[in-house]
Formats: sequence, C-alpha cells, structure tokens
Amino acid sequence: MRLKPVACAGALALSLGTLAACGGGGGGGSSTSANSSRGPITYVQGKDNSNVVRPTIAAWNKLHPKEKVTFVEQSDQANQQHDDLVQHFQSKDSKYDTMSVDVIWTAEFAAKGFLTPLEGSLKIDTSPLLKATVVSATYGGKLYAAPQTSDGGLLYYRKDLVKTPPKTWDEMMSDCSIARKNHIDCYAGQFAKYEGLTVNAAEAINSWGGTIVGKDGKTPTVDSPQAAEGLGKLVAAYKDGNIPKQAITYQEEQGRISFEAGKLLFLRNWPYVYGLASTEGSSKVKKTFGMAPLPGKDGPGASSLGGHNLAISAYSTHKATAVDWIKFLESEDRQKFFITTGSLAPVIVSLYSDPTLVQKFPYLTPLKTSIDHAVPRPVSPFYPAVTQAVTDNAYSAIKGDSSVQSALKNMATAIKNASSGS
Amino acid sequence: MAAVTSAPADTPSHHKSTLWPSTRTYIGVVIVIVWGLAPFYWMIVTAFRNVGYTYDTAFWPTHVTMDNFTTAFSTKLGNHFGRALLNSVLIGVVTTIVAMIIGVFAAYALARLEFKGKFYVVGFILAASMFPGVALVTPLFQLFTNIHWTNTYQGMIVPDISFVLPLTVYTLTAFFREMPWELEEAAKIDGCTPAQAFRIIILPLAAPGIFTTGILAFIASWNEFLIASQISPRPSVAPVTVAIANFQGSVPHQEPYTAVMAAGTIVTIPLIILVLLFQRKIVAGLTAGGVKG
Amino acid sequence: MSVTPMDATTEEQQGKRKRRTKKGGDEPDHRIDPGATRRAWMLLAPTIAALSLVIIYPVVRAIYMSFQADQHLDPTTGLFVAGGFAGFDNYTHWLGQRCNGQACATGEAAGYFWDVVFITFMFAFVTVVFETVLGFWFATIMNKKFRGRGLLRAAVLIPWAIPTAVTAKLWYFIFAYDGIANHLFGVHILWTGDQWPARFAIIIADTWKTTPFMALLILAGLQLISNDVYEAARVDGASVYQRFRYITLPLVRPALMVAILFRSLDALRMFDLPFILTGGGGGTGHATTTLSILVVRQYQVGFNGSAAISTITFLLVFLVAFIFIKFLGANVVETEESYSRKK
Repeated sequence: MRLKPVACAGALALSLGTLAACGGGGGGGSSTSANSSRGPITYVQGKDNSNVVRPTIAAWNKLHPKEKVTFVEQSDQANQQHDDLVQHFQSKDSKYDTMSVDVIWTAEFAAKGFLTPLEGSLKIDTSPLLKATVVSATYGGKLYAAPQTSDGGLLYYRKDLVKTPPKTWDEMMSDCSIARKNHIDCYAGQFAKYEGLTVNAAEAINSWGGTIVGKDGKTPTVDSPQAAEGLGKLVAAYKDGNIPKQAITYQEEQGRISFEAGKLLFLRNWPYVYGLASTEGSSKVKKTFGMAPLPGKDGPGASSLGGHNLAISAYSTHKATAVDWIKFLESEDRQKFFITTGSLAPVIVSLYSDPTLVQKFPYLTPLKTSIDHAVPRPVSPFYPAVTQAVTDNAYSAIKGDSSVQSALKNMATAIKNASSGS
Repeated sequence: MAAVTSAPADTPSHHKSTLWPSTRTYIGVVIVIVWGLAPFYWMIVTAFRNVGYTYDTAFWPTHVTMDNFTTAFSTKLGNHFGRALLNSVLIGVVTTIVAMIIGVFAAYALARLEFKGKFYVVGFILAASMFPGVALVTPLFQLFTNIHWTNTYQGMIVPDISFVLPLTVYTLTAFFREMPWELEEAAKIDGCTPAQAFRIIILPLAAPGIFTTGILAFIASWNEFLIASQISPRPSVAPVTVAIANFQGSVPHQEPYTAVMAAGTIVTIPLIILVLLFQRKIVAGLTAGGVKG
Repeated sequence: MSVTPMDATTEEQQGKRKRRTKKGGDEPDHRIDPGATRRAWMLLAPTIAALSLVIIYPVVRAIYMSFQADQHLDPTTGLFVAGGFAGFDNYTHWLGQRCNGQACATGEAAGYFWDVVFITFMFAFVTVVFETVLGFWFATIMNKKFRGRGLLRAAVLIPWAIPTAVTAKLWYFIFAYDGIANHLFGVHILWTGDQWPARFAIIIADTWKTTPFMALLILAGLQLISNDVYEAARVDGASVYQRFRYITLPLVRPALMVAILFRSLDALRMFDLPFILTGGGGGTGHATTTLSILVVRQYQVGFNGSAAISTITFLLVFLVAFIFIKFLGANVVETEESYSRKK
C-alpha cells in the first residue's frame, strides 16, 4: 500500500508516454486525394518583423473566402523555428499546411519525408525565378519547395576613400593600404563560430571554384586545391591583419556597427545594412558608402544564398489550395510588395531590372550580380552536421590553429562520417 | 539543537550602536551595492540610450530617449510586452503558492515522520534536479501536444512547479528539522491536533525559510524560458522571457539591444517590490510576534 | 502566545546532537507507526505526482532513445529511414570519441567531448566556490541591523531577479570588444574570442547573477542562530574567526549544504548563460561549451546521439550528488524523533 502513490504516478506517466510515442493523429501522407483537395489552410512562418505577411493574407482571404489562410507565427529564432517545424512534422500534424522554410533546411526536410514534392498537379513554373534559388529547393532531382525570398552578400565600401570598388579579392587586399593610411580596419565579414561563418567560408571556397559536397548532398568534395586556395585567402588576410583580430567574434551586427562608425573600409554583409547605414542617426557614413558585388578570384565572387522557400507539408489535407497560395506569394505583385514594404529581395529575375524598384533600392543592381553568381550553401540532408564541420574547421584555420590543408581534410572526414551514421 | 528560541539574531550587542554600522560593515555594504548595481546601472543607461548609439561607452546617460520603452510595449511591432508581464505574474504567483503548499506537506513528512522508503523518496526528489533541462523540452512538448496543454497556462505552471519542488522540499525539510518539535508536542498535550500545532507554532518559527523559499520559487518561475518558449509561445500566454527573446528590430539580423535592456529594467521592478515587501519576513526573528527585520 | 526561552533544553539537545554524530550508522527504528507511513505518503503524493509527470517521462524516453541509432539515408530513395537498435554505439561514440570507427576529426563534436566535460566541471566548481564565499559574506551583511537595510537586501537580489537571457545579453554587451569593460579598464581583451577570457567572462557573469541565490539561502540559515550564543562566546573571549568557525559554520550547515548541493546541480547543467554570451565558443571554438550546450547542438544533427549525452550528463550529476550526500553530509533523511531516540 505504501507503494501505491508512486506506482499510480508512474503508471500515469507511462500511459501518457505511450500516447505521445504513438504521435498525434494526423492527415494523410501524400494521397492524391489530398493533392486536389481544397479548403482553409495555415501558413507557418517566423516572426513577421517587416509586416508583410498579414496584409498578404488579408488580400488572399478577400479573394478566397472559402479557402482562408490562417497565420501561425513562430518565434524569431531560426533554431526554434526549425525545431518547431520538426516537432509538428514528427507528430504528423495536419494543422501545419504551408510553411516558410530556410533554404538550408529544405533538403533535410525533404529527405525526412516531411515535404510534398511539387510535381504533377502541384507543379509550379520555375522559369522566371533565380536559378540558384531553385537549386536550393531541389533534392534528388525533385522540386520540394518554391523559392519565396532571397538574400545575397554585398560588399559595402567607403566611396570617399576608394574611388572604384575592387573587382577581385586581390585588388581589395591591395586597397588595404588605404585603410592603414587612415588608421581604420580593412575588411570584415562574419567569422564568429556560427552559421554566418559557413556563409563566409562557403563564399571563399566557392569563389575559387571549390565545392563542399557533391550533387548527392553527402559526398564531400571540399578537400581540393581550389577550396584550399579560396579558404587560404581568408586565412592569409587574418594573419596579415587585413581582417582585424576582433572580427573573429563578429556576427552581422558588429560588422555593421563598426562600418557605420567609420572604422571599417570594406564590409561583407546582407542588404539590410543599406537602410540602416543611410538613415540611422548614429551612422557616420550616411553619404559616403557604396555597394558592390562581392569580389572573387577574377571577377564577382560566388555569394552564398540566403532567403526562404515555401513548402507544403506532407501531412496537409488541402494541398490544392496550398499550391495556389504558394503561387500567389510568388506572383510579381506580391514579390514587389515584399521588397517595397519589407525590403525582402525577390526571387523573380525580371524585378531586378525594374527601373522604379532599382531607383528606390539601389542595392538591387549589385545584389543581382551577386545572386547571379550565387552558390547555395551545401544542399544536403545532413546540413546540421555539414555546417558544423565547415564552421569548426574554418574557425580553426582562420585563427591559425590548424593549416588550411588539415582543416579541409578534417571537413571532408567529418562530412563523410556524418552521412555514414557514425 | 541550538539556540532557536532565544533573542533574535538581529538584536545588536551592547557594544555597538543600533543605527550606525561599524566601518567594516559600512565598507562591506558599499562593496555589495556597487557589485550588485554597477552592471544594473549600465543596463539602465543603455535602456535609455538611442539604439543607434548602443555601443557608446559614456558612463552617464547620453542620447537619452524613451523609444526603447515604447518599442518594448508596442503591440504594433508585435512585442506584446505588457501582456507578457501579466502572464509572468500570474504564472509566478500560482506556481509559488502551489509549490509552497505541496512543498510544506512534503517537507513535514520528510522532517517529522518516520516511514519506510523514505530514503528512496528523498533520492527521487533530488534526482529530479539532475537531468539537463534542455533535454526535457522536446518530450514534454510532445506529451503536452497530446493532452492539449500547448499554449495554456497550465502547460507552463505544472513544469515550473516541478522544477522548483526539489529545492523547495529540501530547503523546507532542512528548516523543519531545526524546529523545536517539543513545542508541538506540548501543544498537542494541551489539546491541539497535529495540524493545528503545526500551523500555529511551527510555521511562524519557520517563516524565514518559508519566505526565502517562496521568493526563490517565484524568481525561478519568472526566469524560466526553455519550456515556455516551446510549449506556450503564443503572445496571449507567453511570459516575459519569451516576449523579450522575440523582440525585434525593424529589420531581420538587427539586434535590439537597447529594447531588451529596457525590458530587463521593467522586469526587475516587480521583483524589487516583492523583495522590499517580504525582506523583513526573511530575517524575522524566531520569537513569535517578533518581526525584527 | 509567548515562547519561553529554554536554554536548559538547548544545551541538552546540543549534547544529544554531538553524541548522535559520533555514533555513525543508523539504528533500526523499532517504532515505525503505520499511521505515520500512510500520512507521509499522502503528504508526499502531490510532489511525487508532479515530478513524475514532468521529469520521469522525458528521462525514460531519453534513455530509450539513447540506445537507438540516428536516422540514416536509404541509398535508393534518398530518404531517411529509422536507425534501429544501436546498443551502446552512441555511448562509445561520445565517451570513446569514436567516429565511424576511427578517432574523430575536428568538426565532429565527439572530438571534444571530454574537453566539454572538463569545462562543465570547471565552471561548476569555480562558480560554486566563488558564489558560496561571496554569498556568505553578503549574507552576514544583510543580517545586520542598520538603516536602509531593506534597500540593501533588495539591491543584493537584483542580479538574481533579472531573467537569465537579459543578463546574458547585458554581459555580452559589456564584454564586447568595443564595450564598457574594455573601455573602463583600458584594455583590449577579446572576451568572447579567446579561450580563458571567454571562460572568465562566463564565470564573472554567472557569479554576479547567482551569488544572491546563495546569499539568500545562507541568510535564512543564519536566522536559526541566536545572538545569545555569540554573546556567550564573546564573553568567553572567542575571536571573530573562532566564533565563525565554531558557531556560525556548524549551525548554518543545514541551509548551507542544501544551497551548495542545489547550486552544484544547477551549475553542472549550465546552459543559458554560456549559450547566449559566447555561443559556447572561444579559443579553438568550444572553450565555453558545456554539456547542455552540446546536447542542444547535437539535437539537430541526430537526436538519439543527443539523448545519449543527456543521459551521460544525468549520470555525472548523480555521481556528484552522491558524493555530496555520502561524504559531505548534505543529508535530510533523518527526523527529529530519530535524534531524540538516540540518547
């Protein structure tokens, strides 16, 4: 009798446990009936800071009163958005119909069977879209998501100190003498040990013709002379002081603040800096900065691709509505709205040469060049392990704790082990 | 068991004055205050500073603005801070009251009663504090999804209670062990039931332990982030920790430090009030009726 | 309703206690009252129920998962399939640092598993020591009677009252390269980038934040000591140090041991502060990664492997608690009646 309370509590916990292990009830998998089924759906996205989602949903709901879209707003943190999606997918939740998926998660989710391939009656037209964005949404030859917004790297520079922006990396390094003369730092990107370092390291490797993984998303190709040359440029710049010592702790914000305070000559960052640097009260470079495509080996460098894709959950029960919603978000009108209201770069190629847009957002021109030469970060179902391999080793190489050769070799080993279920 | 029942600890000796502390104490006080408040001061200065000048290192307030506070409370930007404050207070109060009641029951049993299996119960309660909190989140989320407790208050209150229970039970048990149970015995002889004796005699004597544990339980619930962010992130139920983590500048990648500092400043105020209200009870002397603080 | 001082009983009980501790070993209790047992379990039921729901289920599930292999790709479909039973593979992966049968390369977290264990224990030990010493000192000051002590007590508690996420961001900001810390002391330390500066940054921030917790618990413990005892000792000529060592320390011991025990358990599971302040980085890239950060990092790579780290952490923490209770006497099992019975 003494044991009763414990046994009761334990049994309660276990029975609830088995319930949970079975997973919640869910919609059908990829049944064709769901493919043509219509009805209200949900749209899941991280925090809508730029306030573009709600007006968009309102516009859609007016046109489709019987197939309304409900906004499910996640938190602001990328990792939490990822884990939240995974948890709902794993419990086969049919209440998550469409979602905004970071470009680096698409392959992972596709390989786990969470997403509905966009083929057959769910096909969308990818011809007006930026090539690199389509690549990021493709896995195993199938399109699993539709590009929604894009993002690429830009080179911000001080046009009062450097008349024309450098076209190649070596040119930029020789411009560092100007920085030294003015007692400011030369170049910074994002080198702290986080996803931003994968972005920067990938840009260096890709700009010199290297690659990180093969087409299958799991075979490492990073241990190559081209990759060594590319990564070596970053390492040499840090060693020579052309990249300041403290940049090893820089995420996006620190670099931006240093640049705006006039302490940095060249900055690699995302387009968001444009608005802040030209309007913020504390910016000392309001009228004296310009933007250019990233410098590479013999010309523009290969920018990493940011942005988000739109996906349909494998467990959605109203997929026909879902794909129409996605097409709506990819329409020219909506893409224009995204950039004018939210400063979110569009995925439709023609918009980059639209004169009104270019006038309002001068960064569109260098951005288009960057994205034209963009290489998505490794499209791999093992992306979390791949990015860890790249970040850890790039950090170590840049800091000088290991040679470029051994860093690349370790990257290759780590990536290989990740996919063989070590 | 020593000296529980004589003059309270706060009574000064005959040799020291009651109002002016000795130099040593005074120096100690200054160090303690500087230690506790210097970073807090920096937080306040930053809270009032214009976001463009976040990294300004002037010690005194410069570029003063109330913008950060309005940003924090702005529902237009989706920050929902006002609502989050109410949620945190509600969750904190309920958690504390329930945890204290349950904890007092448990501590009485552990301190006062002899029974089989006690060693294992004590071990079990302690073991509940040994598992990394980060690993509890996902299984709890799945469990709560199945019983429809996501985005509810109980989805946060019940885990919060469980997290503070081990410390609560252990502290209260340690205190109850030091209580003069003979007094309880005497009262029982005089005709009180055990419950009455406990409530009238022991509880007041254990007041410092109880109030201390209560404050710690409240603050622990106030601080909780992981569970709340995963299980109840919706603004109608989310507590301040989640709301602050979701603060956004006007563009992605931008980090609103100054708004976060403003929120942090605001969040501290209820707790300061709470402590000021209860700080006497923490150092209450042990003579009944003697609130010596 | 007044309480009469009972000095005679006090001394007698002091004597009893001394004899009890000299005895060692437990006497079999001949008088377990079945009514008491039932009452005890009823009183404990809510606690056990709450803990079972929230803690037992996740722990059992994590342990189960730690014996499963992570998903791997089916080469023909390109889709993930379940990994199946893994035996102790996950454990040898972490504890033995074997990656696919060989030693792990940089970029594979298992390669620095034991570093992480060291870092976790180092943080826990250093912060607990600092916080206990400082907490004790603060508690004695908070105990004193003088004008404005209410404000002092509130001021001491402020660091503990600010949500950890805000504190972490505040210190991130104080320790930035262009931040106030470097400015104030005229140095250029890369607080979040170099190995030991990053570790000190965490230690400083954690000590600032958690000392009030220790101070508060110790202060409560100090309330149990009457001034008369100090008076008697002073009259007998005992120095400040002697009074501290022979009166304060033994009498505050129950509260002190609970505080140290729980603080240690929490410190070993430290997550929020290092994660937000340094991201677990610094030095070669993982100078401030604790076991809990490793759990979170690994969760996206493979959650079964991550469950193994959680279980290992649990066992390590259990070991520490065991040592505390067995050898340092942080024991709350015995009751008043068992004291009085051991005359």
